[in-house]
Amino acid sequence: MMRLISACVLSLWMVLPAFALDPSEMLADPELEAIARKLDFEIRCVKCQSEAIASSNAEWAVDARRAVRELVAEGKSPEEVRAFFLERYGEFALMRPSHAGSNILLWLAGPGLLLVGLGIAVVYVRGRARAGTVPEAALSEAEQARLDEILNQK
Amino acid sequence: MIVELGHFALVLAAVVALVQATVPLIGAHYRWSGWMAVAGPAATAQFLLCAASFAALTYAFVTSDFSLRLVTLNSHTLKPMLYKVSGVWGNHEGSMLLWVLILALFGASAAWFGGNLSTTFRARVLAVQAAVGVAFYAFILFTSNPFERLAAPPMNGQDLNPLLQDPGLAFHPPFLYLGYVGLSMAFSFAVAALIEGRVDAAWGRWVRPWTLAAWMFLTIGIALGSWWAYYELGWGGFWFWDPVENASFMPWLLAAALLHSAIVVEKREALKNWTILLAIMAFGFSLIGTFIVRSGVLTSVHAFANDPERGLLILIILMVFTGGALTLYAARAGTMEAKGVFGMVSRESALVLNNILLAVSCFVVFVGTLWPLVAEMIWDRTLSVGPPFFDSAFSPFMIALLAILPIGSALAWKRAKPGRTMKTLWGALFLSLVLAALAFAVQTETTILAPLGAALGGWVIAGAATDLFQRTGRGALSVRLQRLTRLPGADWGKALAHGGLGITTLGICLLMAWQVEDIRVAQINAPYEVGGYTVILRDVSEVQGPNYYSTIATIEMQRDGRTVAMLSPEKRVYPVAQMPTTEAAIANGFLRDLYVVIGDPQADGAWAVRTYIKPFANWIWAGCIIMALGGLASLTDRRYRVAAGARKQAPPNAGVPAE
Repeated sequence: MMRLISACVLSLWMVLPAFALDPSEMLADPELEAIARKLDFEIRCVKCQSEAIASSNAEWAVDARRAVRELVAEGKSPEEVRAFFLERYGEFALMRPSHAGSNILLWLAGPGLLLVGLGIAVVYVRGRARAGTVPEAALSEAEQARLDEILNQK
Repeated sequence: MIVELGHFALVLAAVVALVQATVPLIGAHYRWSGWMAVAGPAATAQFLLCAASFAALTYAFVTSDFSLRLVTLNSHTLKPMLYKVSGVWGNHEGSMLLWVLILALFGASAAWFGGNLSTTFRARVLAVQAAVGVAFYAFILFTSNPFERLAAPPMNGQDLNPLLQDPGLAFHPPFLYLGYVGLSMAFSFAVAALIEGRVDAAWGRWVRPWTLAAWMFLTIGIALGSWWAYYELGWGGFWFWDPVENASFMPWLLAAALLHSAIVVEKREALKNWTILLAIMAFGFSLIGTFIVRSGVLTSVHAFANDPERGLLILIILMVFTGGALTLYAARAGTMEAKGVFGMVSRESALVLNNILLAVSCFVVFVGTLWPLVAEMIWDRTLSVGPPFFDSAFSPFMIALLAILPIGSALAWKRAKPGRTMKTLWGALFLSLVLAALAFAVQTETTILAPLGAALGGWVIAGAATDLFQRTGRGALSVRLQRLTRLPGADWGKALAHGGLGITTLGICLLMAWQVEDIRVAQINAPYEVGGYTVILRDVSEVQGPNYYSTIATIEMQRDGRTVAMLSPEKRVYPVAQMPTTEAAIANGFLRDLYVVIGDPQADGAWAVRTYIKPFANWIWAGCIIMALGGLASLTDRRYRVAAGARKQAPPNAGVPAE
């Protein structure tokens, strides 16, 4: 927490327009490069402010992109590349949070609330639909008198 | 001197706000008309004082008064005038001043145009609005004073961040604030209604224009920010699911929900409790957004004037207002009973479903945004929640929303016949399936995104058009087309807003599915192919701008041997701020954007060049503009000006109306 805060205090609009991926970093094989490029968006630059390595100019991101390409060139699958970063830099380095452990709450928050919301809505709408079958309360005496008055004016 | 007057005006505005927040409230409780009458003039005075204060700060920026700390930190004599002015709100202190100015403006407008509100209700609305103001005046005066002087003024300023020196971004914050703060009006109406203990159709009709205006401004503000990111950051990304973006998106989603539920209150006197709750939550999320942006508890690429201490104060303001309003809600909500009766299949039910989907999608964004913080505090897990999460957790709800939208908006009120509704929509459904098939046929890679986006976008657009045409009733085509021009603003607004949403959906899906990226070392005058276009780097030269140095490339784009665009991407260095920026060159087109960026020089006179083909990019923002126009069309609807029915609510002590 403190680390997060102190990291932020330093910055004032940290968005730097990034040329990012340099042609010299790229793999010669376009198919492998495409796989690596996709992975660039799934790995977080751990030295940056909430940015994937795909768009960052930071040295760490450059190294990470190089590592991704080396692994892809070795024939590693995307899962293996992600596992590589997970092992070295922890969950922080993956843009897509896992489903493991407490994270299941994160993933189920939306569907869970949807079910609750639908449940409440069904009860409410049923109540509204049933309200139609019950006759409206009769007019009070004053209302009836006013109604008669209006009707008699005609 | 002018600066001191501005400071003094701000203090006076705070005092006036304090009076406005208390006197009318007491007056409304005891039915003292004199005390209630304070609210109107106080709201006007508060606005004028705040405006004077803002004008004084603007004056200091325009005249480059470097004895002011804020001007020194954010301005420079060489800066173009537009950015001297936008520098006023391009920083924490100035933007908070703009925030209260808009708060005061909305309060004053409620005083000016709220003549048809009942006296007690109007007094309470203005008092609540001023109470929010008091908190923010105190925040500015005690922690973020923009009028602080420097003992030793420097000769020149430190310049505004060059990335912010951009027309799109100059107007992005004011629009966002108009939206955020506009929701304070819905909040004040909700709290006043809770104090008053009544919500009726007239209430729904009063709240809706304010929410519409806030939603419209938020739409424009978010679109401007996204458009800026697209052309300025140099790789054509338009949405990053960054905490600060989410902070503006959450109130937008809730404002959209509120717009729809207020219709049910207005037309059918149902969903009252929920609408009040939404109004409180929508403004609550605006405050959460302010907290996220200013406190820096979440890492964001925007990280704007971060200060945990200020963040804590905003958190307190947030808790006092939303907490207070929710407590009041818990105590009072039970007294509001619904009147309208409707069946399972009806417009009302469809709007309930709309509200559930919008609220749940807002909740997903909220949980995803705060999850890294929660996980670290409770389970000591340091993790990231990035775009892949939001893409897969948020999108399903949007898909469901878009899928039911045309059906729901065509259903009849009270009790609808599904068969009859669908009869009008077969055409739209057929069209959307044709579009999906077309998208599937033309794409080179097999993606599900493009056909899905084409189907949903087409379905919503065609559905909106069908809906509008159905409003013209029966008769010959020419008669119906004539009637189209005389339809009420609300009908046009609905069709435009829904159609705009469909256009944005199409743009987002097709862009994400079909964009092409090419990064390479380009030799001068050596053509190469990218996505069916021939790219030729013609020339690179050095140029000096007013407050920067620039490297400009000339890149020719050809298709089938014909030149379609000559593009000049730039790389700039701002020496004062010591910051490089990339200026992408974009050839905008109806069906695609050509987007090129010049990079670093390479060996033997070559340059790194990035080329993007961005299909349907402009549809994203065009859709947003159309959505906002829909809001505007709806605002012009006659019933808000006439406010039929509102006048019937004579103030309780006005005596017996003359027959």
